[in-house]
Amino acid sequence: MTGRISALLTICLLAPMLGLGLTAHALAQSDDSEEGTVWSFPEQLDIGISTNEIAISPNFSGADIFVFGTIAEQDDFLLAIGAYDIIVALEGPLRPATVRRKERVAGIWVNRHSVRFEPVPASYSISSTRPLDSIAKQIVLSANDVGIKNIRLIPTGGLGDASQVGDFRQAMLRIMQQAGLYQRDPSGVKFVSKNLFKAAVRLPANIPVGEHTVRAELYRNGQYVTQTRIRLRVVKTGLEQFTYNLAHQHSLIYGLLAVGFALFTGWLSSVIFRKD
Amino acid sequence: MTIYLPIAELSVNIFVILGMGAAVGFLSGMFGVGGGFLITPLLIFYNIPPAVAVATGANQVVASSISGALAHFRRGTVDIKLGCMLLIGGLLGATAGVQLFLMLRRMGQLDLIISLLYVVFLGTIGGLMLLESVNSIRRAARNEPVSARRPGQHNWIHRLPLKMRFKRSKLYLSVIPVLVLGFAIGVLTSVMGVGGGFIMVPAMIYLLRVPTNVVIGTSLFQIIFVTAFTTIVQATTNYAVDIVLAGLLMIAGVIGAQYGVRVGQRMRGEQLRAGLALLVLAVGIRLGLNLVLPPDEIYSIVTGSFG
Repeated sequence: MTGRISALLTICLLAPMLGLGLTAHALAQSDDSEEGTVWSFPEQLDIGISTNEIAISPNFSGADIFVFGTIAEQDDFLLAIGAYDIIVALEGPLRPATVRRKERVAGIWVNRHSVRFEPVPASYSISSTRPLDSIAKQIVLSANDVGIKNIRLIPTGGLGDASQVGDFRQAMLRIMQQAGLYQRDPSGVKFVSKNLFKAAVRLPANIPVGEHTVRAELYRNGQYVTQTRIRLRVVKTGLEQFTYNLAHQHSLIYGLLAVGFALFTGWLSSVIFRKD
Repeated sequence: MTIYLPIAELSVNIFVILGMGAAVGFLSGMFGVGGGFLITPLLIFYNIPPAVAVATGANQVVASSISGALAHFRRGTVDIKLGCMLLIGGLLGATAGVQLFLMLRRMGQLDLIISLLYVVFLGTIGGLMLLESVNSIRRAARNEPVSARRPGQHNWIHRLPLKMRFKRSKLYLSVIPVLVLGFAIGVLTSVMGVGGGFIMVPAMIYLLRVPTNVVIGTSLFQIIFVTAFTTIVQATTNYAVDIVLAGLLMIAGVIGAQYGVRVGQRMRGEQLRAGLALLVLAVGIRLGLNLVLPPDEIYSIVTGSFG
């Protein structure tokens, strides 16, 4: 630990000149020699939200939820120099996903190849104190399953051409981001007092219903420290959700209702508009 | 103003949907067609998932056909026996069609097949109708007599076995072509979301030689039951019927149809058919372009159990 502390002291002296962003980067690099060491840090992370169920109304057009949290057993010195970073991610329910690619066949665009992935989060919103790549190295983030780039996309079943799976992965992440289902906010987590932070996490307008997980991770000088998670249920309210449930759980009644409504509408119009 | 469609799982502009329903209702009233073959492609153009567009289209046809079916029933211009035979074929066809629909959806080829079927059917029917109406407009201009129906020459269909007597239609006809026709229409109802009148009516007139006064009533009789059955099977198998979308289309459609009928009565038959033919061709070409032009995004994602 002595080498580490002296490195920190050096950095601390340099900090006012270099700015904090650079500081953390330097710190992350100073740990290079200690790769593989399993650190056990004393810090604890606690988070809380005002509700464990979010009811989405039919005209919901996206909103932020706020997650508050504290770092306990913190090192005041490290806190003061901004060596702590927090990443908060809201992960949607896991669902299997199939990505298909169109190709031109006899002049027509046809779905030719497809890759099926193991269940992936149906939505993913991530907020952090800084851009992820300045919080920790890619390998650290990947090991802790954090970041859109590190969402696990594992193909299932037999693959035709393994070399193309990368293209399908990238397409999946690209389309999910375009649809607003995967989002990031690199400055969404802010310290509101000494060790209390507030994370704004975006709920997309088309947020899937089901069990979501809020996962918060604490990083210290580019090293993963700890994580904590809470469950969050997203439910939809109103007639629309009632309709959806009816259609899926009592589909025969729903089908009969649809036909009944059609017969009634058609019959009513013929009564109202009868010519004679 | 947007409204959330619970089954399509997207928000749409309510006025666009009502406008679509009213416009198609107007056209269906004017031309005397069910409108399913226009509603489904329009919904697809408006980014409604094709599966939902098709299943909802079948539901909408129930509403647009019931008043006509009731009117023909009251007037007695329905051959119930022939209608029931067509219906048996139709129910079998719809059942097979929904299974085919499910299979294509799993294979990821449903959207393609729906578009291809529409391009082929709309192209063929539109082309034939345009040719026929242009010819009769020409004949009318030269003051030649317009023959609506060629004399009842018996064809190979009338030589098939298993003959049955259809009193109302004054036909002694094999049941095989009737069942086959009903089956084919049933498949189209479930895969394309159409009533199928635009195929059934010409087939009944030209192939089965059914008298024109019972053709419309009998085909509507069959369409009501097959579309109602398809709606229920689509709802229980594919969960693809969007009742909110269908409701909006129906309400706007039945009102639009009333105005369409009035306008249609003031127009000449050949011009009306030429107009419908051009419309059908335009929709077919638009769908065809979607298949041929390079898409913006060649990748697509399906989440959930299908895939």
